[in-house]
Amino acid sequence: MDVALLEELALTGALVGTMYGLVALGIVLIYKTSGTANFAQGAIAMMGAYVTWAFATWAGLPTWLAAVAAVTVMFGFGVLVERILLRRMIGQPVIMILLLTFGLEVFLRSAAPGLLGSTIKRLDFGIPQAPVFIGDVLINRAYLIGGGISAALIIVAAVLFSSRLGILMRAVADDQGASWSVGIRVERAIATAWGLAAITATAAGALWGSMQGVSWSLSLLLVKALAIAILGGLDSVPGVLVASAFVGVCEGLATGIIDPLIGGGTRDIVASVIIIVTLLVRPYGLFGQEQIERI
Amino acid sequence: MMFYRRSGILHLDYRSERQLWPLRFDRFLVATVIALLLAAPLIVNRLYLVAYLVPWLIWSSATLGLNLLMGWAGQVHLGYGAVMAIGAYTSVHLVRFGAPLELAMLAGGVASAAIGVVFGAAALRIKSLYLAMATIAMQYIIDFAIIHLPGVSGGVLASIQVPPVRFLGLQIEGDLSAYYMAFFVCAMIALFLLNVDRTAFGRALAAVRERDFAAEIIGIDTFKYKLLAFWASSFIGGVVGCVLVVCYLRTVSPDQFHLDLSIQILAMVLLGGLGSVLGSFFGAGLVLFTPIVLNVVIGAAAVRFGFQIDADLKAHLPLMLYGTLIVAFLSIEPLGLAKVYGNVRNYFLLWPFRTART
Repeated sequence: MDVALLEELALTGALVGTMYGLVALGIVLIYKTSGTANFAQGAIAMMGAYVTWAFATWAGLPTWLAAVAAVTVMFGFGVLVERILLRRMIGQPVIMILLLTFGLEVFLRSAAPGLLGSTIKRLDFGIPQAPVFIGDVLINRAYLIGGGISAALIIVAAVLFSSRLGILMRAVADDQGASWSVGIRVERAIATAWGLAAITATAAGALWGSMQGVSWSLSLLLVKALAIAILGGLDSVPGVLVASAFVGVCEGLATGIIDPLIGGGTRDIVASVIIIVTLLVRPYGLFGQEQIERI
Repeated sequence: MMFYRRSGILHLDYRSERQLWPLRFDRFLVATVIALLLAAPLIVNRLYLVAYLVPWLIWSSATLGLNLLMGWAGQVHLGYGAVMAIGAYTSVHLVRFGAPLELAMLAGGVASAAIGVVFGAAALRIKSLYLAMATIAMQYIIDFAIIHLPGVSGGVLASIQVPPVRFLGLQIEGDLSAYYMAFFVCAMIALFLLNVDRTAFGRALAAVRERDFAAEIIGIDTFKYKLLAFWASSFIGGVVGCVLVVCYLRTVSPDQFHLDLSIQILAMVLLGGLGSVLGSFFGAGLVLFTPIVLNVVIGAAAVRFGFQIDADLKAHLPLMLYGTLIVAFLSIEPLGLAKVYGNVRNYFLLWPFRTART
């Protein structure tokens, strides 16, 4: 196996991973504010891609404008999900809330192809097909742009956490009751987190949709996002960036090295293996805060 | 409607107070249902027996197994289909090697439990949230392993035929013997779960479910009991996986145990009611039969009002329905159909009075 191929696989993997990271970012945001994982994140990414496609096809908007419109709509969708479904669950055990989001995932994942047709929809951002050479490594232009946008968005999110809104959300994450008593609107902070999570998911969904087409399989991003979120630490935004690159590189290398040996399909389980290994070795992730329950 | 009569029931010793169904009417109901199920092959059409009753019994058994973990121990499992797959493949391979079915079935259960615990153990040390992730990862890894290990699946697209088997002296060949075998296993599992509450194990699980660190303080080894519940639940899953292939599917192939099966059983537990034996049967019935009924209704409506149903929509309708039902039940009636039945029963316990005199 020559080095150039490995380099290429690793670099492409890192870029792809960063796009997964965008989905994971939403999981981390929601976990930070409300303490539950959002298992609907994959389906929300898929729905974002479908909405982008709908704007591009039905309203005839240019694709990038359709993506912007979809991001706006999906922000509203995220907020609505929190308002209608999640808020009435406050005080219920975490498992119940988690299962509710999983139910939402099941519904969305089947409703979108069920209502809009299960054929793969094309989404074209007009990115040229010709690859870019960095040194002697060949990189797909779409991955480069997608990865760049994703990394930028994750960094923006990390910066956002030191703004007023970010401090507010961190306060809610730390202690909901205490935040309430100093006048922070806890519900609004959680709703904002859901809206932002939907935005990042939509961005990821649209980017992926432009590469592999829009179909229900976009919701499989959930497992990869979970792997990243757990590896980086469920409550760490910088962790997302590091873990996403790691997961992406692992996936790229595994696909390149193991696939020829066993005949394909490795890509789908790398994320699952990373979840299990992380739980075995370092359950709170690379940058996560260890939780100590006080009695 | 004063069937659920409580008057005249006086417990004179602990034994009578702790019996499973203190109310005469409840005992009567249970006996009727068991009698009806035993006589079902004589009553209902053979087609209904195979297409509805057998799957209902098998899926109810699986629901009971998952419910032990989710309802009794308060943990979560999103990859129960994979657990059943391990049991199914283990037992079928053993039977093909000439092992008796009873032994193969138990071995399937043990294999499921052993492999399942490997995945669960890491996550059980931490919060339930992590268990959800570990089990969903398990689903994908087991799927992958089964497909890619030719020794297990017999190749990517292969399916393995179940050879002729005997179960407790009964030759499993026709629909009838398969029905009675499924009934027997289901009854055993239900009996076990009905009695779990009356054991130290069951009470420990209840404590763990309600608040695990409080349980730790009163001297319950939380991790041990979570692990035991996980083990027992996976064991049942493996056994049911074996029953599923022997009595219903007759051949085993990797695509029967995908995430869809896990979602289906999860929905059964949630809709039926966490921690309820009766609810598990309700939930399995609701989840299995609603898509069929809905399909018939929509089909009839399509003919009546002359519109076309999209094939895509038809294919995705069951999952849409499960998703909707999970979300609706969790937000409106988190304890499921068992609670709905319980409300009705409580109403009639006091009828014609509205509330008990306090």
